Amino acid sequence: MSAERTALRQPSQSANMFGRGPMGGLGMPVQKAKDFKGTLRRLTGYLAPHRPALIVVVVAGVISTVFSVVGPKMMGMVTTRIFEGYLNRAMKAPGAGIDFRYVGNMLTTLLAMYVVSALFLYLQQYLMSGVAQKTVYALREDVEAKFSRLPLRFFDSKTHGEILSRAVNDLDNISSTLQQNLTQLITSLLSVIGIIIMMLTISWILTIVVVLTLPLSVTIVAAIAKRSQAFFVRQQQALGELNGHVAEMYSGHAIVTAYGHEDRSVAKFDELNENYYDGAWRAQFATGVMFPIMMFVGNLGYVAVAVIGGILVTRRSIAIGDIQAFIQYSRQFSMPITQLSSIANTMQLTIASAERVFELMDEAEEPADTPVAAVPATPRGEVEFDHIAFSYQPEAPLIEDMALTVASGQMVAIVGHTGAGKTTLVNLLMRFYDVNAGAIRVDGIDIRDLGRGGLRRMFGMVLQDTWLFSGTIRDNIAYGRDGATEAEVVQAAKAAQADHFIRTLPDNYGTLINEEATNLSQGQKQLLTIARAFLADPAILILDEATSSVDTRTEVLIQEAMGRLMKGRTTFVIAHRLSTIRNADVILMMEHGRIVEKGTHQQLLDAHGRYAALYESQFAGSTLAVDQA
Amino acid sequence: MLQLFALLKPLRGSVAIVTALALAQSLANLYLPRLMADIVDFGIVRGDTRTILEIGGLMLLVAIVGTICAVAGSYFASKVATGFGRIIRGRVFDRVAHFSVHQFEEFSTASLITRTTNDTTQVQQVLLMLLSMAISAPMMAIGGVTLSLSQDARLARVLIAVIPVLAVVFFMIMWKAVPLYQQMQVKIDRLNLVLDEGLSGVRVIRAFDRGANQSRRFAAANEAVTSNAINVNRLVALLMPAMFFMMNLTSVLILWFGAVRIDAGEMHVGAMMASLQYAIQILFAVFMVTAVFVMLPRAAASAERINAVLDVVPDVVDPVPARSADATVASGVSRTTGRVEFQNVTFQYPGAEEPAVSDVSFTALPGEVTAIIGGTGSGKSTLAGLIPRFYDVNAGRLLVDGVDVREMRQQELRARIGYVPQKAVLFTGTVASNIRFGHDEATDDQMRHAATVAQAAEFIDQMTDGYASPVSQGGTNLSGGQKQRLAIARALSRRAGIYVFDDSFSALDFATDARLRAALKADLADATVVIVSQRIGTVMHADRIVVLDDGRVVGMGTHAELVASCAVYREIAQSQASLGEVA
Repeated sequence: MSAERTALRQPSQSANMFGRGPMGGLGMPVQKAKDFKGTLRRLTGYLAPHRPALIVVVVAGVISTVFSVVGPKMMGMVTTRIFEGYLNRAMKAPGAGIDFRYVGNMLTTLLAMYVVSALFLYLQQYLMSGVAQKTVYALREDVEAKFSRLPLRFFDSKTHGEILSRAVNDLDNISSTLQQNLTQLITSLLSVIGIIIMMLTISWILTIVVVLTLPLSVTIVAAIAKRSQAFFVRQQQALGELNGHVAEMYSGHAIVTAYGHEDRSVAKFDELNENYYDGAWRAQFATGVMFPIMMFVGNLGYVAVAVIGGILVTRRSIAIGDIQAFIQYSRQFSMPITQLSSIANTMQLTIASAERVFELMDEAEEPADTPVAAVPATPRGEVEFDHIAFSYQPEAPLIEDMALTVASGQMVAIVGHTGAGKTTLVNLLMRFYDVNAGAIRVDGIDIRDLGRGGLRRMFGMVLQDTWLFSGTIRDNIAYGRDGATEAEVVQAAKAAQADHFIRTLPDNYGTLINEEATNLSQGQKQLLTIARAFLADPAILILDEATSSVDTRTEVLIQEAMGRLMKGRTTFVIAHRLSTIRNADVILMMEHGRIVEKGTHQQLLDAHGRYAALYESQFAGSTLAVDQA
Repeated sequence: MLQLFALLKPLRGSVAIVTALALAQSLANLYLPRLMADIVDFGIVRGDTRTILEIGGLMLLVAIVGTICAVAGSYFASKVATGFGRIIRGRVFDRVAHFSVHQFEEFSTASLITRTTNDTTQVQQVLLMLLSMAISAPMMAIGGVTLSLSQDARLARVLIAVIPVLAVVFFMIMWKAVPLYQQMQVKIDRLNLVLDEGLSGVRVIRAFDRGANQSRRFAAANEAVTSNAINVNRLVALLMPAMFFMMNLTSVLILWFGAVRIDAGEMHVGAMMASLQYAIQILFAVFMVTAVFVMLPRAAASAERINAVLDVVPDVVDPVPARSADATVASGVSRTTGRVEFQNVTFQYPGAEEPAVSDVSFTALPGEVTAIIGGTGSGKSTLAGLIPRFYDVNAGRLLVDGVDVREMRQQELRARIGYVPQKAVLFTGTVASNIRFGHDEATDDQMRHAATVAQAAEFIDQMTDGYASPVSQGGTNLSGGQKQRLAIARALSRRAGIYVFDDSFSALDFATDARLRAALKADLADATVVIVSQRIGTVMHADRIVVLDDGRVVGMGTHAELVASCAVYREIAQSQASLGEVA
C-alpha cells in the first residue's frame, strides 16, 4: 500500500499551470483514444452547466484578441506618420514636422484598446479557472460516487495502482488541459485568423512571405518529432529499468547489506544510470532543438519581411510603418502556431485520459438496493444458509447447495490453508457478493430484502488487515458507530483492553495515527479494531484471528478481548487456533474455495477426513518438535 | 536547491558554455532589429535597393549564427541537466546503499524510492528549464538595454524604467502565488490519501456502512483542492494580461518619445523601430521565466527531500586500520570458528526514549544453537541485527572470534555470517542466482546441497526449469514458504561460521519446520547458530535459550532450566499452550 501512496506523491500537474512548458508534449509518443469523438462529447457534457461562463470566456477571448491584434497596424500607421514628418522636415518643407496631434490621438486610442484587451484577457482567464476547477471537481465527485456503487468484485479484480492511476493521474491531465489549453486554443485560433486578416489588409505579398514560413516550420518539427519518438521510448525503457533496480535494491536493503552486495548494487545502478542519461539527454535535446529551429524559421520570415518590405517601400507600394507592423505580426504569428501544435498533442493525451476515466465510470454497478423488509430492531442473530450456490467465475463453481443453520449465539469456525477461500462466506454474509442460488436469511429475512447498509449494521467485523484511517485514535474507534460519545469510545476501548496502551500515548485518545500507522504495533492496531467492533455492538460478529506478527502476550490480550466480544453474539471465526476450533459449534473445513467438510470438532475427527488430517499435521508437528528435545 | 547545485561543479565548464551561448544567441536575436534599423535608415531613406539586399544578407548570416548558438546551447543544456540528474541520482543511490539498516528504516522504503527516482528527475527538469529558457531573460535584458543605449541613450530610459516595474509586478504575483502552489501539493496529497484509504478500506467502510462518511471526507478534501486551485489560478491569471499590457505600454511610450526625439532631429526612425522590438523581445524572455518560476516550489521540495538523504552520514563505517578476526582468514581458510560474544551490550535507537536492548551479555559458541525468545518489542530482532553490524552498540562490546565488530571491515565481518531475515526477500533472476547471492562461487553441488538442507530441493525440482526457473521481482511467483526456504538456502550456500535466523521459519508448516531444523542441526554441526523466535516450539531444543523482556535478559539456560526458573519464559510457554500452539 505504501508503494502506491508513493506513486501518488508524484508531482501533480494540476498544481502547475505551466507544467508542460511552452514546447510541452511535442515529440513525445502519444497514447491515442479509442473513441475520440464520443469521449470528447462526453467530456463536453461536463462543461455544459458552465455554458454561460464559457460563452463569456469565448466572447472575452474575441474582444481581447481583436483589440490586441489591431495594435501593430495602428503603431505602423503612427510610425509612417512620424517618418513622413521626418522626411518633410529633411526636405525643409514649410511648417513641416511630425503631426503630434495625430500621433497623440492614435497612441491614446491604442492605449485604451490595450487596456480593454488586457481586462478581457484577465476576465477570460479568471472565469476559466472557475470553470476548469469546478468541472474537475464534478468529475472527481462522480468517480468517488462511482466507487461507492461498484461491487467488491471490481476492487478485488484490480490493483490499487490501476484504479488510482485513473482517479488521480488521468483526472490531473484533464484538469490542467481545461485550465490552460482550452483558453489557449481559443486565443491562439483567433489570433492566427486575426493576424492573417490584418496582414492581408496591409500587403498580400508580405502576407504570402510570412504564411509560407508556416509549412516550413511544420515540416521541420514533424521530422524532428518523428525521430525523437525513438529517443523517448528509449528514455522510458531505461527509466523503467533504473526504477526497477532501485525498488528492488531498496526493498532488500538489509539483505544486500548482510551479504555485502552494496558495491555490486551501486555498480549496476551506475550502469543503468548511465544508460538512462544516454537516452534522456538525446530525448531532451530533440525536444529542446525544436524551439531554436522554429525561431530560425521565424527569423527567416523576419529577414524576408525586412528586405522585401524595404524594397517595396522604396517603390512606394507600402509605407514604412507597414514593415514594422509586419515584423510584429510575423513575430506574434509563430507563438500561437507553436501553441496550437502542442495543444493538438495535449488534446490527444487528455481525451485518452478522459476515456480511461469514463471507462471507470461505466463499470457495472452493484444491483440497486431495494430494501423491502425492515431491519429488526433487536436482531437475534440467527443465520440460515438455505441451499446456496456461489462462484466467483461461472465456469468454476465453488459453493454448491450448502445448507447450514446457525442459532443465535453460536460460533462457526472456518478453517483451511491459506488461500482456501475462507473469506468467501464472509463476502456472502455481508453481501459483498450475492449468492447465485438459494438464500441467506438473518432472523428469517432474506438478506437481499434488507438494504445493504441495514444488513451490515447488524454485523461487526474484525479483520486481520487492520484498516485504520489517518485521524485520531478516537475517530478510528468512533468509526464503529455514528455519533458515539467520548464515554462510549473509552468504554469500548476498555472492553477491548486497548485503554491502557492508548493512555501511554502522547495525546491519549487524540493521538494522530500517521499515514502508514507506524506509530502503533500490529497488535495495538488489532485492539483498536476490536474496540471499534465493541462500539458497533453488533448481533453477529465476523472475526479473522491474527496469526503472526503479534507477540504472544498481546495475543493473549487480543484473545481475551475477542472472547468477551463474542459473548452472546453469533460469531463466524476464520480460525487459526486449536482452542477456538475445539469450542466451535460448527466447523467448516475449506479447500480450494469449497467447503469440503462440516461438523463439530469431534465429528470431524471421527470422520478421518481432511480436517482430521490438517489437525493431526499441526498436532504431529508439535509432537515431533517435542520428541527431539 | 542551492545546496544541490553545488554538485554541478564537474559540469561548470558546460554551464559556462551554455551561458555564453545564451548570451550570443540573445545578442544575435537583438542584432536583427538593429540591422533592420539600418535597412530603414540607410536603404529605404536613400532608396538604395543594393544596400537593402546587402544588409538583408547580413541579417540572414546573423540569424544562422544565432540558431547555431541556440542549437548548441540546447545540446549543452540537455547534457548538463541530464548529467546533473545522473550525478545526484548516483549520489543518492550510493548513499542509501551504504546506509546502516537503522538509517534506512528511518525513511520508509517507499519514500527512499521516490527520492531516488521522482525527486531527482524533478530537479533535473527544473535545471533544464533554467538553462534553456530562464537563462536568456537576463541576457536579453542586459543585451537589449545595452544595444538600445548605444542607439539612443535617451529613448533607452523607457526600457530602463520599465524593466524594474516589470520585475516588481512579476515578483509580487509570484510572491503570493508560490505559497499557494505549495499548499496545493499538500491538499492534493490529502485528497489522494482519502481516496487511497477509501480503496484499501473498502471492506471495512462497507461493513460499518460508513460510505456516506467516506464521501463526506472526500468531498471536503476535493473542495479544499478545488478552492485552492481556483485561487491560485485566478491570481496567476493576472500575470499574462499584466505582462502583455506592460509590453504594449512600453511600445506606446517608445513611439511617443521616439516621435519627440525624431522631431528634434536627434534620432532616426529605424532606431525607434529597433527599440520597439527590443522591448518586445525582452518582455517575451521575461514571460518565459514565469514558467520556470512556477516549477520552482515543487523542485525545491524535491531538492529538500534529496538533501535530507545526502545529509545523513553513514553511521556504520569501516575502521582504519581494520583488524582481522584471526589469522585463518588471512591464510585463506574461510570457515572461522564463529564465536559470538555479547558483553554488556546496550543499544538505543537514535531519538528513542528507552534503549532497545540494555546490558545484554551472553556467548554463542560454535557447534551450539543459541536461541533468543521474547515478545514483540522485547529487542530480540535488534539483538540479531547487531551481529552483522546493522547497528552499532552504544555501550558494551560485541565480539566475533574475539574481535570487536567495530574494528573489523564490514565486508569481512559479514562474509562470516549467514543471515536469514524475518521477511524473505528475493531478487529478480533465477532460483540459482538467488541461492548464489550468498556465495558467488558456489558450485552446482554446493548449491543443490544448500537447497536440499533448506528443504527447497523438492519444490525446485518440480519447477519446469529447475534451478534455472525465473524468480520475479520480490519473488511474487513463489509462495511465502518457498521464499523463506530459498532465503535459507541462500544463507547456507555461504558455508559461514555463524548463522543468524531472525524468526525465519514462520511461513513454514510444522512438519517442514521440524524437518528443516533437523537437517540444519546435522549440516551446521560445527557452526554457531543463533535463532530468534517468539514460539516456544522453535527454541525449546536449543543448547542455550536467552529470554528477553523489555530489552533485558531475564533468563538464560535450557528449556527445562528456564521452565523451572524463569517466570517470563514460563508465562510465554503457558500462553502458547493455552492458545493451542503447543500440544
